[in-house]
Amino acid sequence: MPDEVIDCRGQRCPLPVIAAARRMPEVSVGTVVRVLADDPAAAVDIPAWCRMRGQEFLGSVNGPEGPAYDVRRTH
Amino acid sequence: MSASPVYLDAATAAPMHPVARQALLAALDDGWADPGKLYTQARRARQLLDAAREATALTLGVRADEVSFTPSGTTAAHGAVLGGLAGRRRVGSTLVHSAIEHSAVLHAAERHVDAGGIATAVPVDRLGRLDLTAWSTAVRAPGVALAALITASHEVGTVQPVAEAAAACADVGVPLYVDAAQSVGRVPLPAGWSVLTASAHKWGGPPGVGVLAVRKGVRWESPWPADERESGRTPGVVNLPAVVAAAASLRAAAADAAAEATRLAALVDRVRERVAAEVPDVEVVGDPVLRLPHLVTFSCLYVDGEALLHALDRRGFAVSSGSSCTSSTLRPSHVLEAMGVLSHGNVRVSLHRETTEADVERFLTELPGIVTGLRAEAGVVGL
Ligand SMILES: Cc1ncc(COP(=O)(O)O)c(C=O)c1O
Repeated sequence: MPDEVIDCRGQRCPLPVIAAARRMPEVSVGTVVRVLADDPAAAVDIPAWCRMRGQEFLGSVNGPEGPAYDVRRTH
Repeated sequence: MSASPVYLDAATAAPMHPVARQALLAALDDGWADPGKLYTQARRARQLLDAAREATALTLGVRADEVSFTPSGTTAAHGAVLGGLAGRRRVGSTLVHSAIEHSAVLHAAERHVDAGGIATAVPVDRLGRLDLTAWSTAVRAPGVALAALITASHEVGTVQPVAEAAAACADVGVPLYVDAAQSVGRVPLPAGWSVLTASAHKWGGPPGVGVLAVRKGVRWESPWPADERESGRTPGVVNLPAVVAAAASLRAAAADAAAEATRLAALVDRVRERVAAEVPDVEVVGDPVLRLPHLVTFSCLYVDGEALLHALDRRGFAVSSGSSCTSSTLRPSHVLEAMGVLSHGNVRVSLHRETTEADVERFLTELPGIVTGLRAEAGVVGL
């Protein structure tokens, strides 16, 4: 389960990635942030951002709120 | 004062080769008649068409009667896929293709699936190179009628292991179609294919000429309504002046290809190094070594692809992008998606025979500032 959720539905690339990048330094290490994003590019860009930034991409879920991406702050 | 234009989108359309222009103008005077008729003007047109076919076949390393001219690279690709499937429908209805084919191939595959066929996409790695193990497994499955592999990616430049993929196909008797649009006229062609397509405006020929080559003995059947022109492979009258120009410029491009490849590959190396070193948070994508000589792609973190294209255009630079923000489909590029690399802020730079070192230098000098400016505007500096 995520510790918190950022709602980026309706936002186009790269805004969901930017939102995740802004939030990450504000949460404590180990926190799982879920990004809700319906722009299909998020499915590529959020994992790619995690790889570039050394954060952990936990996977995507497709729930009642649409596609969501879980990221854990690792450092 | 607006900046002088620097055109860096040869992978979409290369500026016309001077030889193409000359041949086109000459053929407008001499090649307007229908080559299928029996009078003098038609015989002259027929000679021009035959000569264009011979020259093209020679460059491709095939027989003249294996070459047909189509109205575009796209229609050639459609014909290659649908005709290759039709010719082997008794064997099965599966098309195997890489995940990074051009949309022309993928749309033909969609048509095939809509008609009840099967299409199997084979993945690529992070560098955009075909997964050969998955490919070999896929072509070995029962009922595979055709396999399709792009010779080198039009979006990221990664050269595909065509010879190995062809060997896997040959083992099980599956014909291989290669989309060679980015290779013809620039790099030597791989061996082992049964069907090949290309597009003249990629090598400096005029737009609106494609090439479809079908090797002798390959079971290929036209998917179009019957028409006997072009060996029955593509319907309608050919645009003869454009075909003549395409063939003349192909010969010219092929003659200079090795030298141009060396020159452009060095410029691309420079772009790869300098962009990675001088633009923060950038991902230069595609294979750094096994790649096309003239094409390089990178993605800038947090930057909107459309804004970047407009900013570059304002400074006189014409480039292309695989970012969804710049396309009508709102889907990220299926190529970048298949590679699992950043899809926003994406720029593809592709060079051609008129590209100078000074052009590339100016691009490299201005790019970091343009990216920084966009990041500052979007308030994403330091993220
Ligand atoms: C790899 C590849 N295949 C096919 C095509 C289609 O060619 P054309 O523009 O002539 O329709 C292109 C050009 O966009 C291409 O790059």
